[in-house]
Amino acid sequence: MTRFVVGRLLLFVGGLAVASVLIFATLRLLPGDVAQAIAGTTGSPEQVAALRQQLGLDRPVVVQYLDWAGGLVRLDLGESLVTGTPVIDEVLDKLAVTLPLAALSLVFGLLIGIPLGVTSALRRGRASGVVLGTGAQLLAAVPVVWAGMLLIGVFAVTLRLLPTQGFPADGWSEPGRALRSLVLPALTIGIVEGAVLLRFTRSAALGALDQDYVRTAAANGMTRSRALVKHGLPNVMLSVVSILGLQVAGLIVSAVVIEQLFTLPGLGRMLVTDVGRRDLTKVQGELMTLTTLVLFIGLVIDLVHRRLDPRLREGDR
Amino acid sequence: MSLVIDDLTVTVGDRRVVDGLSLDVPDGARVGLIGESGSGKSMTTLAVLGLLPDGARATGSIRLDGRELLGASERELAGLRGRVVGTVFQDPRTALDPVVTVGRQIAEPLRLHGRVGRRDARARAVAAAAEVGLPDPEAVVDLYPHQLSGGQRQRVGIAMALINRPGLVLADEPTTALDVTTQAEVLALFQRLVDEQRTSLLFVTHDLAVLSRITDHAAVLSHGRVVERGPVEQLLHRPEHEVTRGLVEATRATTWRAS
Amino acid sequence: MRRGAFVRELLRRPQGAFGVGWLTLIVLSALISRFWTPLDPFDTDPYSAWLTPSFGHPFGTDSVGRDIFSYVFAATGTTVVVAVASGVVATVVGVGLAALGSLTARWVRESVAVLIDVLVAFPTLLIAMALAAAFGGSLTVVVVAVGVGYGVTIARVSRSEIRQVARTDYVLAARANGLGTGAVLRRHVLPNIAPVVVVQLSLSMATSVLAEAGLSFLGYGAPADTASWGRLLSDLQKFIGVHPGSVVWPGLAITLTVLALNLLGDAVRDASDPRLRSRLRSRRTGRDTPGSPSTSGPSTAPPRATAPGAAGTPTTPGVVS
Repeated sequence: MTRFVVGRLLLFVGGLAVASVLIFATLRLLPGDVAQAIAGTTGSPEQVAALRQQLGLDRPVVVQYLDWAGGLVRLDLGESLVTGTPVIDEVLDKLAVTLPLAALSLVFGLLIGIPLGVTSALRRGRASGVVLGTGAQLLAAVPVVWAGMLLIGVFAVTLRLLPTQGFPADGWSEPGRALRSLVLPALTIGIVEGAVLLRFTRSAALGALDQDYVRTAAANGMTRSRALVKHGLPNVMLSVVSILGLQVAGLIVSAVVIEQLFTLPGLGRMLVTDVGRRDLTKVQGELMTLTTLVLFIGLVIDLVHRRLDPRLREGDR
Repeated sequence: MSLVIDDLTVTVGDRRVVDGLSLDVPDGARVGLIGESGSGKSMTTLAVLGLLPDGARATGSIRLDGRELLGASERELAGLRGRVVGTVFQDPRTALDPVVTVGRQIAEPLRLHGRVGRRDARARAVAAAAEVGLPDPEAVVDLYPHQLSGGQRQRVGIAMALINRPGLVLADEPTTALDVTTQAEVLALFQRLVDEQRTSLLFVTHDLAVLSRITDHAAVLSHGRVVERGPVEQLLHRPEHEVTRGLVEATRATTWRAS
Repeated sequence: MRRGAFVRELLRRPQGAFGVGWLTLIVLSALISRFWTPLDPFDTDPYSAWLTPSFGHPFGTDSVGRDIFSYVFAATGTTVVVAVASGVVATVVGVGLAALGSLTARWVRESVAVLIDVLVAFPTLLIAMALAAAFGGSLTVVVVAVGVGYGVTIARVSRSEIRQVARTDYVLAARANGLGTGAVLRRHVLPNIAPVVVVQLSLSMATSVLAEAGLSFLGYGAPADTASWGRLLSDLQKFIGVHPGSVVWPGLAITLTVLALNLLGDAVRDASDPRLRSRLRSRRTGRDTPGSPSTSGPSTAPPRATAPGAAGTPTTPGVVS
């Protein structure tokens, strides 16, 4: 177990390292001069040079990278090129919206995908099963943005049940209000990602249905449905856990777009704005944060999966 | 416990996989059902258990000690399975749940049909494991199926089938998926246990040599129909039907000799 | 397998028929729209804003009076170009990386394997955002992001396939006969991994359509002078409170196209599976062949590699929207 854990942790750290290099390298490919871009047309050459020195842009690239990477380890993401405020503060601030959004989306996705996936497998030949399967396929093809728009159209505009957009200005001080603003966005992501999960769960459940050990359990004295639930489902769940990592990556990515649509003050929306402003330091920090989130969740899920599946625990008794 | 199968017909779609099969397994008897793949033998055992696949329909009569099984409710059948009727399946690689320990699976019929506490169940699972010749039973019960060999897993299957001392055992090609040496060992074990516990046995196989070691009477199945039946001795030495003759020829290719 | 028989198998299935049918429609629209559209998609006429669907404007008009139908029609060109380009890049990157990770010296193989496992976890959208930050948004950014992002997934899948093929007897025999790596690749490996790669290709194209829509919506995909379904969604989004119905058309176009690509991938996979073919033939004779899969699950066979990271099936592209 420890060998695997250590190896997996190394992979995580390695992934972070590679990510940091790639992010840094990509953003440094920017054509033109950052200092010039900030100073604009008004700055004199001396002012631009001074700015360049101030921002540390005259040092060799490798040094700049190491400086930034070093800061990452200390959780210092630098300062915004536009406003000068510490990036980490803003990132943490926005995470207070993005993380709950992602979590709520995951909950919705699981609640939709897994039960319906199992049901559609159990109703394989019948009309309800086919409807579920086809519906899932259709939903999985829907762009998340559009789904959001349609839901807004239905729930917010027509039915007036939920706020169309926005998030309370005072944040989480009134949890009820804040949560209400997240319901529609999370539901949107949950439905689309849930559809993908449904199809996978269905496939896994269909596989489980045919398994011999379900038949053995029935031969031991269970009714067939109970055998399916007691022996089939746990194996299905195990398969589902294995793709959960990919799902969460998808969730976080969808959140970027959804935050834009619903004007939620989250990390994704800030990223979109900062890319437009070419605020490289912030963009670096935001991308790094999101990537770290994705990699970290992947790590956790892998460890959990390993813990749950006895076949993977080979070599350690 | 006696089993009487009367004019059993199993249809899958528009195809008859079992066609008018009649077979008697009197109390304490050991009866064989032999035929090539696709002859309908496995379907017969599944019909007895009420575990036919989706889309299969069975007509006729299957009586266990006089009690009609065909048409009985799932609940009723589940109550009989694992308690009064024990089953050993063919493929040890897939017949066991990969995420549950071997001990808990052996004990499963016990806990399903009686009020057996966890510690008690474990003790009896250890005893059952010892009975089927598994090495180091105390340790084995905590292992997972993938940690055992094919032969060991099949022993687990046998332990599971016999733990409630059923009156009837259905064995569906229990040694087919094993290599020759293991086959002999497992078969010997099976024979001994069935003898000791005096259960009735319905043994399904495609191998006449195996049949000759473990059963006294047998029916030969071809395309779902019984083409010949009688004492195994007779089938082996004086086969009448060409299918039976074919099976005897196949046996001659091996080094087994019927006693 | 014979080309004719394959196409027949493909079209016999409803998924294949729909996939081929819809995509043909899209490709034709893309070609035609280069030369002709019913009305100029960028022609604004403030007095004709928000017209309801009519003969003159089958999908109605938007806030500045543009004919939505013409715009959606013209945008098929963008979609097709992006999809094809992304598909090509992803396949080249994917198969190339896979080959590098299978048929070379051991240290190269191992490093590539680790690299693939690490890169596979990076979401395509984030790659796109990084590129957009550096180079500004454009369709090229979309293509490169999807090409690299999905390319790594293709590499993962292809690599396990290649390793299986490389272990077969006929490849070993070929190498024993002195056949060089390049020739082995061309003659033995590629034809055998082709079905899997084709399925992945259709998935990568589906991903690219969703990616382009999402990025264009955010403003980092298609520029303002290029018709794009995603851009239209962004334009219409501001008015969702008042005109919620107008977004139906571009969204539907995207959905159907992605669906068609996914279904096509499923159908290709099923049509190239010899077990499924014989099963259907035997249905007529009433005999069931064992081992035939009862249904098509998510659009691809999961890669067998138990690699950590984002382990599991590269399923439908919900990852980028």
